Amino acid sequence: MKLTRRQIIRAAGASALTLPSLNTLLWPRRARAAIGDTLTIAYNAAPAGWDPNTGPQTTSPGNQSIYRSIFDPYVTQRADLTLGPGVCEEFGWNADKSSIRFKLREGVKWQDGRVMTPEDIAWNLERLTDPKGGGPLQSIFASIKNLKVAGRDITFDVTPWRANMLERMSFLGIYLIPPHYYKQVGKDGFEKKPMGSGPYVFDHYERGSFLRLKAFKDYWGGAPPFETVIFKFVTDASSRVAEVERGTSDITLDVPYEEYDRLRAKPGLAGDCSPISDIAMVFINNEGAFADANVRKAAVHAVDKRTIVERLHRGYATPIDTLLAPQYGAYDPSIKTTYDPKLAAELLAKSGYSREKPIELTFQTTRGYKPKDYETVQAITEMWRRVGIKANIEVYEIAKHFELRAAHKLAPAAFYNWGNSTADPESSLGSALFTNSPHSSWKGKDLDERLIPLFTEKDTAKRFAGYKALNRYVAENAYVLPLFQFYLPVVYKAELGFKPHAAGYLLPFTMRAKG
Amino acid sequence: MSSGYLAKRLLLTLPTLFGVIVIIFVLLRVVPGDPIAMMVPPEATPADVARLRAVYGLDKPMWDQFLIFLGALARGDFGTSISLKQDVFGLVVGRLPATLELALVSIVFSLIAGVALALIATHLRGRWPEWAIDGFNSIALSLPEFLWALLLILALGVLIPLLPISGRFDPTQQLGLATQFYLLESLVRGNFTLAADLLPYLVMPALALSLPLIAVIARMLKSSLQDALVQDYVLFARINGFSAGRILIRHALPNALIPAVTVAGVHFIFLVGGTVLVELIFSYPGVGNMLYRAAVYRDLPLIQGITIAFAVLFVLLNLVIDLLYLVINPRVRHS
Repeated sequence: MKLTRRQIIRAAGASALTLPSLNTLLWPRRARAAIGDTLTIAYNAAPAGWDPNTGPQTTSPGNQSIYRSIFDPYVTQRADLTLGPGVCEEFGWNADKSSIRFKLREGVKWQDGRVMTPEDIAWNLERLTDPKGGGPLQSIFASIKNLKVAGRDITFDVTPWRANMLERMSFLGIYLIPPHYYKQVGKDGFEKKPMGSGPYVFDHYERGSFLRLKAFKDYWGGAPPFETVIFKFVTDASSRVAEVERGTSDITLDVPYEEYDRLRAKPGLAGDCSPISDIAMVFINNEGAFADANVRKAAVHAVDKRTIVERLHRGYATPIDTLLAPQYGAYDPSIKTTYDPKLAAELLAKSGYSREKPIELTFQTTRGYKPKDYETVQAITEMWRRVGIKANIEVYEIAKHFELRAAHKLAPAAFYNWGNSTADPESSLGSALFTNSPHSSWKGKDLDERLIPLFTEKDTAKRFAGYKALNRYVAENAYVLPLFQFYLPVVYKAELGFKPHAAGYLLPFTMRAKG
Repeated sequence: MSSGYLAKRLLLTLPTLFGVIVIIFVLLRVVPGDPIAMMVPPEATPADVARLRAVYGLDKPMWDQFLIFLGALARGDFGTSISLKQDVFGLVVGRLPATLELALVSIVFSLIAGVALALIATHLRGRWPEWAIDGFNSIALSLPEFLWALLLILALGVLIPLLPISGRFDPTQQLGLATQFYLLESLVRGNFTLAADLLPYLVMPALALSLPLIAVIARMLKSSLQDALVQDYVLFARINGFSAGRILIRHALPNALIPAVTVAGVHFIFLVGGTVLVELIFSYPGVGNMLYRAAVYRDLPLIQGITIAFAVLFVLLNLVIDLLYLVINPRVRHS
C-alpha cells in the first residue's frame, strides 16, 4: 500500500487536530486542582548544597528563594529592595558609620524550638569571617571586627569600611543557622538535614527532583500560610510551562515571554511580569576596537533599545541608559544616551569608518542563558552594521565568559546580565568598572580615580551624588553599553495571591490562597 | 567460551579506561570555563580568586593535578564535588540507580515493542500494517530523543494529561525504600501498589529514549526475518505443515535475533548517553541530569567522576554484548 505526500500531510493535520479535540472531549471542564494546604512550585534551579553561607551555591541568585524559606537573614529585604526589620528588629550604622548594631527580636526560635540568642547571632557573624570556611564572600565579611554582645544588642566594627555592608546582611551568604545544631550534627549532618529559623522546615530533598518543606508553626513572623511547600526542580522552561498549564504545579517562573502571554490568557491562570534587579548590558573592553572613543560612542548611539525591548521582549523589559535600575539608590533618570544612527555614522566617519569601510570587532554572547540574549546581540549587530561597525558574533558558554572576564580577555563587546539586588551602586557600577575587580572589562585610571573615593565615602547623600556623577561620566564616555532591565515572567493559578519581589524571589511565605 | 577469553577481555578494558581518564582530564582543563571565576561575587579581588583556586587545588600545574587525581583514584577516592561539596563517588553511586532503572525500562520497552513490530510487519507483509510500521519507524528514527521528550510532554502531559511530567515519584509520597532502585525494589518487595505509582513517572522518559531504538530493532529484525524466511529450514517447516506464526516465532526468530541483538546493544550505549537531555527535560534525578549541572558549573571532579562511571558502564555493556553474542550465536561460539 502506497500513500501520497498529500495523504500523509492530511493525516498529520488530522492527528494534530484530534489531540486537542480529544482533550476537550475527555476533560471538557477540566479544572486545575485547587490549591489546598500544599503549594507546589515548578522552580528553575536547585541548590547544590544546604549550608547557605559557604560554598559556591551561596552566590547563586536562583537559590535564594529556597534559602529564604528555611533560613532567615539578619534583616529582611522588602519587595522594593529596601531593608526592614526581621530577626533583628533594629539595625543600622552608628553615628560615625564605623560600626553596625543589630538588636535581636524577642522570642525568635530555631526550628527545633530552641530560642535564638544574641550569642547565636555573634557565632554566625564570626563564621562568616573564617578564612578557612571556603565561603566565596569571606573577603567581604572579613571587615567584621570587634564583635560584641550586650543584652540583646550585637555590634561590630566594619574595618576596612564597606559602604554596602548593611545591605549585604540581607543579600547572599548571610543566613542564620543554629550553632548548637551545627556543632551537634557537623558539616555533613547539616547537609543532610539543614535547620534554620525561617518559615518552613526542611522535610525531604530528592536531589535533582524536588524539595519538600513543612510549615514552622512557631515562626516569629506568624504561622506560614501553607502546611507543605514543594519546590519541583524543573530546569527546562517548556516543562515548567507544561507543569503550570496542566495544574500539577501552582506557580512557576522564568517562562518564555510568548508562553507567558498565552498562559495568563487561559482561564484559571494569572500572570505577573515585573521588573527585577537584573540589567542586560554589553561589556566594552578598553583594548582593541573600542579604545577609540568615537567608535564607542557610535556603538552606543546606534542601538535602538526600545525596538529591541518591544520586538524581542514583547515589551517585558525597560530600556536603560546606565547600569543602575530605577530601584537603586543612585539612579538618575536624567542621564540619557539617545538613539541617533546619524550621529553614530558621523562619529565613525571622524575615525575613518563607514558602512563601506566598517570597523570589525568580535561580539561575544551566550545563547539561551538569559531570555533572547543571542537574538538581542543579533539585533545590535544589525544596527551597528547600518552605521559602519561589523561585529562578528561569537557564542560561548557562561563559564567561559566568567573566565575571560576574570583574565581581562573579553572581546571588545560582550553581552552580560548583571544582577544586583542590594540596590547599592557599589555592587554594580563599582564592581563593573573598577580596574582591580575581576569583573570589570573596561579598565581606566580616570574611572578608578573617581571610584576609589566613593568606596570610602560614609555620607550616603554624597556617595550617591558621586555615583550619579560617575554614572553620567560613564554614559558620556560610553565605557559600557547598558541595554534594558529584565522583567521576571511568573505564571500561577488565579486563586493564588502572589506579590512580586524586585530581587526576583519567589517566596512561599508571602503567597496566600485567595478566599 | 573459556575463562581465559573472559580474563583477556577484562584485562583489555583497563587500557581503555585509562585512555578515557587521560582524555577527560586533559579535555576538561583545556576547554574554557573556570569554576572559580563562576563562583566569586562581584566585589571579589584577584587575591580571593587565587585563595579559592588553592582551596580546590586548581593552582597546581596540570601534570601535578593529574598525578594527584590518579593517586587518589587508585585509592578509590574520586574527589569532592566543587559545587555540591560532597564525595563524588557517593554522588554518582547515589544517582546511578535512577539512570540504570530508566535505561533498563527503556531497553525492555524497546525489545518488546521492536520485536513485536518486526513480527507483525513480517507476518502481514504487503498489507497496510507493514506500511504503518515502516512509517512509524521512519518517524521514530528521524527525531532525536529530546524532541520526542517535548512532544510526549505536550501530548501525554498537557493535551491528554495521562502521565506525570516531571520527577521520579509524587513529592507528597513517603517511599520508605532502602535502595535508590525504587521500581526494582518495590517489585522485589512485592509492593505492587508502589510499583504502579512509580511506573507512570518512568513511562514518558523511557518512551522518549526508546522510540529510536524500537525503530532500529524493528527494522533490523524485520530484514533478518525476511532473510530467514527464505532459508531451506523454513521451507522444510512449511512442507511439514507448520503454521506461518509458528514458523515465524519458533524457527525464523531465533536465527534472526543475532544481528538485531548486536545492533540493539550498540544502540543501548547511545541510549544511556541520551539520558542527559531526557533526564533534564523530565527533571528525572539521574546521573545525566547531574552531569548537565556539573558541566554548567564547571565542576571538574564531578564531571570526571560521572564520565568515568559512564565509561565503565559502556565498557561493561560492550563486554556483556560480546558475551551475549557468543551465547546466542553457535557459529561464533564454536569457532
